[in-house]
Amino acid sequence: MTTMTIAKAINEGLRATLAAHPKSLLMGEDIGPLGGVYRVTDGLIGEFGPDRVVDTPLAESGIIGTAIGLALRGYSPVCEIQFDGFVFPGFNQITTQLAKIHSRSNGNLSVPVVIRIPYGGGIGSIEHHSESPEALFAHTAGLRIITPSNPHDAYWMIQQAVECQDPVIVFEPKRRYWLKGDVDVEAPGPSEDPFKAHVLREGTDATVVAYGPLVPVALAAANAAEEDGRSIEVIDLRSISPIDFDTVTASVRKTGRLIVTHEAPTFGGIGGEIAARISERAFHSLEAPVIRVGGFHMPYPVAKVEEDYLPDIDRILEALDRALSY
Amino acid sequence: MGTHLPSTEFDGTAVDDQREADAEAVMGEPAAQMVQLLGPDGKLGTDPVFSDYADKLTPEALRGLYADMAAIRRFDVEATALQRQGQLALWVPLTGQEAAQIGSGRASQPQDYIFPTYREHGVALTRNVDLAELLRQFRGVSNGGWNPKDTNFHLYTLVLAAQTLHAVGYAMGIQRDQKLAAASNAAGREPDAAVIAYFGDGASSEGDVHESMVFASSYKAPVVFFCQNNHWAISVPTNVQTRVPLSNRAKGYGFPGIRVDGNDVIAVHAVTEWALEHARQGKGPVLIEAFTYRVGAHTTADDPTKYRQSAEEDAWRAKDPLARLEKYLRAEGLADDAYFAKVKADGDELAAYVRRTAHDLENPDIRQAFASVYREAHPLVAEELAWFEEYSAGFAGEEESAGQAAKAGH
Repeated sequence: MTTMTIAKAINEGLRATLAAHPKSLLMGEDIGPLGGVYRVTDGLIGEFGPDRVVDTPLAESGIIGTAIGLALRGYSPVCEIQFDGFVFPGFNQITTQLAKIHSRSNGNLSVPVVIRIPYGGGIGSIEHHSESPEALFAHTAGLRIITPSNPHDAYWMIQQAVECQDPVIVFEPKRRYWLKGDVDVEAPGPSEDPFKAHVLREGTDATVVAYGPLVPVALAAANAAEEDGRSIEVIDLRSISPIDFDTVTASVRKTGRLIVTHEAPTFGGIGGEIAARISERAFHSLEAPVIRVGGFHMPYPVAKVEEDYLPDIDRILEALDRALSY
Repeated sequence: MGTHLPSTEFDGTAVDDQREADAEAVMGEPAAQMVQLLGPDGKLGTDPVFSDYADKLTPEALRGLYADMAAIRRFDVEATALQRQGQLALWVPLTGQEAAQIGSGRASQPQDYIFPTYREHGVALTRNVDLAELLRQFRGVSNGGWNPKDTNFHLYTLVLAAQTLHAVGYAMGIQRDQKLAAASNAAGREPDAAVIAYFGDGASSEGDVHESMVFASSYKAPVVFFCQNNHWAISVPTNVQTRVPLSNRAKGYGFPGIRVDGNDVIAVHAVTEWALEHARQGKGPVLIEAFTYRVGAHTTADDPTKYRQSAEEDAWRAKDPLARLEKYLRAEGLADDAYFAKVKADGDELAAYVRRTAHDLENPDIRQAFASVYREAHPLVAEELAWFEEYSAGFAGEEESAGQAAKAGH
C-alpha cells in the first residue's frame, strides 16, 4: 500500500499501462517534456520516448480523430484534453465517430480510445477551465464514462479504461488532483468493476449519490448530519455511463430518501436521470421526492463567485432537511 | 510540375463571374500547373515526371481501366433508378468522376488502406467491395454494409472530413508497425503500406482537413490526401470554398500538392502511384487535387438546375473520361467494337446482379442494433433489450389471432 495523490496515481497507472501494452500510447498537448499542465504525464516521455508519449499539435479534433485512426490500426491511444471547456472542438469526433464506429460496422471494428479530461471547478481559474460537461457525453450511446474520486480508483480505473474494448472518457476531478490516499499498487489487478458504484458510508435515513469532485463533500455532509443524529448512506457513483442503478436502488430501498449531487448544472444533468430511474424502480420505497443538488443554469461563473455556484456541505444538508421533512 | 496544357476550367458560364475573375487574379493560371496526359481529344501527351508511370500501363491494364469506368457508370445509372423506384432511400451519383476514382483506386496496392467519403463507389469497385453490399447503407438496412478488414476499404463517412483524421491516425499506426517490425527483426515483413483519404472540394473547408494535414505533416505520416474537386458542394461552387487551387494548400503544410486532370484516368493513375510510392518510402504526405466535375446531382434529393447552367454541364461532358479513353484505345488499336460491346454486356450483367441482390437485402432485426452499441456487456443496453423482448412478446398472441382472422376471411 502506497500513499499518493490522484495526479500521481494516474501517472503511475499510465506508466503501468505503457509498460504492459506495447501498442498503447499517450497523445495530447504539452504532455511530453512538460508532463501536462497538471503534470499527470510527468516523466513518461523520458521512459517511453516520443512515439509512446506524443506531444501533438494544438488541435482537439486532430488528437481524437487521429487516435481513432490509430485504434483502427490496432493501437490503444490515451488522449489528454487539457481542460474540460476545450473538449468541444473534438466533440464532433467523439460523438459522431468514436461513439458510433463499432455500431456502424455491425461490430466488425472497435475503437478502444481513452480520453482523459480534467473537469470541474473549485480551482479559481478563468473561463472554460472549470466546466462539467459529462452529461453531454453520457447522452451519447457508444461511450463509457468514468470518474475516479480517490487515488486508488484513479490508479486502477485508468488501466481498466485502456483494457476496455469500448471508447472510455475518464473525467478527472482536477480540484482533487492533490488529494492523497492509499493505493494498493501491489495487487495483481483491480479488485472492482470500474462501472460499479461504491457504498462509501452506510446509513439508514437517506442516500446521497455523488461522483468525482463532490464525493468528499458528500462524505463531509454525511458526517455533519451524523452529529444531528441522522444516518446518511453515501454512494460514489464512479461510472456515469453506464450508471450502476442496482446499487443506488438497493440503497434507496433501505433509506427511502435520495439526494443526487454533482457540480454540473442541475437541468438536464445526470441527477435528473438518476431521479427518474429511481422513481421508476423504487417508487414505493421513496418517502420523499428525489432531490438534486447541482450547479445553476448559467455558464460557469467567474472564479470569485464559484463558491456560490458549487454544491457544498450546506447545500447538501439543506436538501437532506427537505427530504427528511416529508 | 507537369506540362503547360489547355485549361480545363469551365468557361462561358454565368456563375458568379466576378468571383471567378477575382479567383483568377489570385490564382494566376491555375490550370497551367495541372497534370494531364490524355486530353479530351484522346491523344496522349507527355510529362517529365509522370509519363514514366503511364508507360508502365499495359494494354490490358488500359482496357481494364476503361472496363472499370464503364462498369461503375452503369452501376450508377442502376442505383439512381433503384432510388427513383423507392428501393433506396437516397443515392449519391458519381457520373463524371469515374477517372478520378478508378485511376486512383487502381493505383493502390492491397496493403494500402483507403478512407472514402460517401461517393467513392468507383474506388470501392477497385477494392473488390461487392457493389450490391455497398447499397446496404442507401437502402437503409445498415449504417455500413461491408467489413473493411476484408478489403482495406473503410466504411463511408457522412460527416464531412471526419475520416481525413482517421486516415492520418491509421497512417501513424503504419509507421509504428514498421518500427515494431524492425525492432523485432521479424522475418517475412509485411510490405510497406500507405493510406488514401478521399474528400471533396466542399469538405476541404472543414477544419478536420486542416488538422489532418497539420498532423500528417508534423509526423510525416504515409498518407495521400485525394481531393476530388467536382466543382460543387451541393449548390455552392468551389470558388466559395477556396480562392486558390486546392492543391496549392499543400505547400503551406510543407508537402507536395499536385493538381491533376481528374477526367484523365491515365494521369490520375500515374500521379496517385507516384504519391503512394512517395508515402510508402517514408517521405511524408501528398495532396492530390483531381480537377473533375460532378455531372449529375449531389444526391438524388438535389436539383442542379436551380444553381447551375446546362451549358456548364455540356462543357464538362465534352471532357468525358470514358469517351477520351475510348478514342485512345481505338486510335491505338488496343480495343475494337467487339471489346466495347463486351464491356457493355458486362455492365448490363452487373446492373442486373445489383438490382436482384439489392431487392433481396433483408431488413435487419433491431436486436442487431442492440448487439453492436458496445463491444463489452452494458447493463443499460441489456435492460432495454429485455424490456423490448417482453414488450414484443406481448403482441405475439395478437399477431396469431390476426393471422387466424385473415385466414377466416374476416
